[in-house]
Amino acid sequence: MITKVLMPKLSEAMETGKVIQWLKNEGDAVKDGDAIAEIETDKANVEIEAFGSGVLRKIVAGPGAQTPVGELIGVIADPSEDIAGALASGGSVAAAAGEGQGPAPDAPAGPAAASPLPAAETYTSTPATTDVVPVSPAPAPEDSQPLAEAPAAPAAAGRIKASPLAKKIAAQSGVDLRLVQGSGPGGRIVRRDVEGATAAGPGAAAPGAAPTRPTFSIPPRAEAEFEDVALTPMRAVIAKRLPQSKGPVPHFYVTSEVAMDRAATLRADLNALEGSAKVSFTDMIVKACALALLRYPRVNASFQGQSIRVHHRAHIGIAVALDDGLITPVLRDCDAKPLLQIAREVRDLAERARAGRLRAPEISGATFSISNLGMFDVEEFSAIINPPEGGILAVGSILEKPVVVDGALAVGHRMKLTISCDHRVTDGAYAARFLQDAKRLLEEPLRLLV
Amino acid sequence: MGVQKVDVAVVGTGPGGYVAAIRCAQLGLTVAAVEDDRPGGVCLNWGCIPTKALLRNAEVVGLFQRAEEFGITAGPWEADYAHAIQRSRRVADRMAKGVDFLFRKNKITLVPGVGSLKARNVVEVKGAGGIETVEAKSVILATGSEPRSIPGVAIDEKRVISSNGAVRSESRPASLAVVGAGAVGMEFSDVYSAYGTRVTVLEALPRALPLEDEEVSTLMARLFGRRDITVRTGVKVQKVTPGSDGVLVEIEAEGKAERIEVEQVLMAVGRAARLRGLGLEALGVVTDRGFVTVSPTMETSVPGIYAVGDMAGRQLLAHKASAEGVVAAEAIAGRAPRPVDYGNVPSCTYCRPQVASIGLSEAKAAGGGRQVAVGKFPFTANGKAVALGDTEGFLKIVADKGTGEILGVHIVGAEATEIIHEFAVGRTLEATLEEFMHTIHAHPTLSEAALEATLAALGHAIHI
Repeated sequence: MITKVLMPKLSEAMETGKVIQWLKNEGDAVKDGDAIAEIETDKANVEIEAFGSGVLRKIVAGPGAQTPVGELIGVIADPSEDIAGALASGGSVAAAAGEGQGPAPDAPAGPAAASPLPAAETYTSTPATTDVVPVSPAPAPEDSQPLAEAPAAPAAAGRIKASPLAKKIAAQSGVDLRLVQGSGPGGRIVRRDVEGATAAGPGAAAPGAAPTRPTFSIPPRAEAEFEDVALTPMRAVIAKRLPQSKGPVPHFYVTSEVAMDRAATLRADLNALEGSAKVSFTDMIVKACALALLRYPRVNASFQGQSIRVHHRAHIGIAVALDDGLITPVLRDCDAKPLLQIAREVRDLAERARAGRLRAPEISGATFSISNLGMFDVEEFSAIINPPEGGILAVGSILEKPVVVDGALAVGHRMKLTISCDHRVTDGAYAARFLQDAKRLLEEPLRLLV
Repeated sequence: MGVQKVDVAVVGTGPGGYVAAIRCAQLGLTVAAVEDDRPGGVCLNWGCIPTKALLRNAEVVGLFQRAEEFGITAGPWEADYAHAIQRSRRVADRMAKGVDFLFRKNKITLVPGVGSLKARNVVEVKGAGGIETVEAKSVILATGSEPRSIPGVAIDEKRVISSNGAVRSESRPASLAVVGAGAVGMEFSDVYSAYGTRVTVLEALPRALPLEDEEVSTLMARLFGRRDITVRTGVKVQKVTPGSDGVLVEIEAEGKAERIEVEQVLMAVGRAARLRGLGLEALGVVTDRGFVTVSPTMETSVPGIYAVGDMAGRQLLAHKASAEGVVAAEAIAGRAPRPVDYGNVPSCTYCRPQVASIGLSEAKAAGGGRQVAVGKFPFTANGKAVALGDTEGFLKIVADKGTGEILGVHIVGAEATEIIHEFAVGRTLEATLEEFMHTIHAHPTLSEAALEATLAALGHAIHI
């Protein structure tokens, strides 16, 4: 079988990607699932996996080459197979279907053109995608797929393995299935793949760490009066994406103050345990939110135009600040994971996020996000929702404050949480109750362990 | 005292444990399985399997009672309850032997005795011949569950019995109060009533089979009523007093106190995980409301210790346990298993008529403002059902109006528990109403009701 390695579409706005390096050389044997190349996308560096086994026969896009999404970057095949056809036909978009068509017509400039950003009121996003799209040697003509509502889709492609439900949802939400990575058996595209949210989001920041005092110096005055700095791919995405949220999504904000004294004690106790994972406040907030989301699922919901999708899993995006921008790796099933596991996994995700080594599925599919600026002496702030999510929690610093305990003044540790919610899916009183629960869980932190 | 070293120790050999053990062995791991009763657990020995044998007896008795309808004069006949129990024991014995055979075939060492964790990789087994120790790289706990009672009422298995006593006892009371109208309560009510026991079912919630779709509950209560099984819902059992020749049950119904006198009471209010004595607390294994907390790969809060089946909560069903057993085994073997889809577990009750369902009830599906399409087809309009003379019941499909996604299916009727799997497969494959519509169903079959209900949901049923 010939497997074409295509430039994956890793976010809604991604149009081109750059191969940083190939992890395999031409002629190397490749197994299904092997990491074969590192791609720099508009947001992050990710490894892509082989979607078929064989030998990496041809590297089409060498390191450093900017390649449009969906274009051919390499070919995996058995050593004896003739790959001339695959090379000639280019990316899956142009992959000619069936016999007798002669040479394939020129590929459209880029498939990205075929998947415009969703219209203002439909936030069903393009999912994170194809690490690599498999194409069989002689692709069968596409049978009548309900793609009628996706008029921009170019005609003809290899057979797409997708469930009937996935096809319907894709058709209704304008998602181009050829750019979707299937997570079902044998790479079949299933519902969750189509529904998977786009990567990274607004808000900001990294988890963990107590505030430190960096050395303080004022830089010398520059010669030039100003300079124009080119947008990095990530900055360009942020610039493009955020008006898609803050504009159309009617945000509202609810703030609450949480007594963190007991959480701090518990955290210190946990971290004193030998050999166990170190727990950060972010980890505790993640767990508290996950549990509270189970009780108030409307905060964990996506507006879909005609309906509201209420999620019963807490897949929480955790904003990690990078040098220039941010990325939001996703920790799945936070509701079902014990705190220590969350601690381990958050640390791992954050470290790999900073190292640019996240894998594609790890930056999509969040149902709710958390942004913690606590390490920057921030009392409180409001974050921008990352559609199609319906809520994001902004976490401030834990500050020593005068508090009244049993009628007497005392010193307490207080933290402010501000939730931003999409008013189309939920309302203030509901969000306030969610916040009340999150606060209670953090104030009675043993609940995070049972 | 011996020490065994294996890759995996499995504690409990019910449908969770024995399947996990076999899957581990298939994946090349060495396995020791600890069991304090007989291999097969409650399901094969005291639950699912023997009760299905008893229900078959009840069905045969039912056919004898209806013989005239088929023009058959049966002459004097008798239904011997003790014999029915004996038959169910033979069935259970045969299935348990099957597990023995599978263990031998897969070279799984059976360690008889009560297992408890001494460390995260050490299981101590107290058996008849002394104490054995199993050292394992990973441990799968699968100790199952046991019948619960209501506060203040002790199950003595004489006057107040549980399913454990009911499947063992060769005698049957003249009158019985069944507390709880879930699957267990409804199935035993069916069996006892077929053999002539006067059965009163007492359910605290407002409807019978309270976890099923409302229409299912309503119909089942009515059909049981027609067979002179009294089903009372919204009834609080206040006090149960066993006496020398009967039991006094004091209840509160619609705010009024009442007394019911019966020969026996069957407690069928649910089951509790068997966690005691396992050594979970000392190791810090996290539990939640009496069940062990597990990850999607069935690992507990302590790395290397897994829990599957009833003890891990969610649906207390044998087939869910087996599915979890496979996930745990594959996770241990380093495969990346697909986690159990708890939203797609069929639920079956084997009384007459049978009840089966999968997914969301109509009320739940429509909750949260979702637009649903509902298609319902009665078995009175199904040729095979009419020919069988089993026309009670219906098949109802609840689908998403926009996408045709199958959100839930609810069946009351003959062989409902077999028909449901069409929808289990369909949901796994994410088939929509359209795919069911285009699937030709053989005629005449009970499964045609699936096609007709699909068409009804799409608004163009042929036969109603």
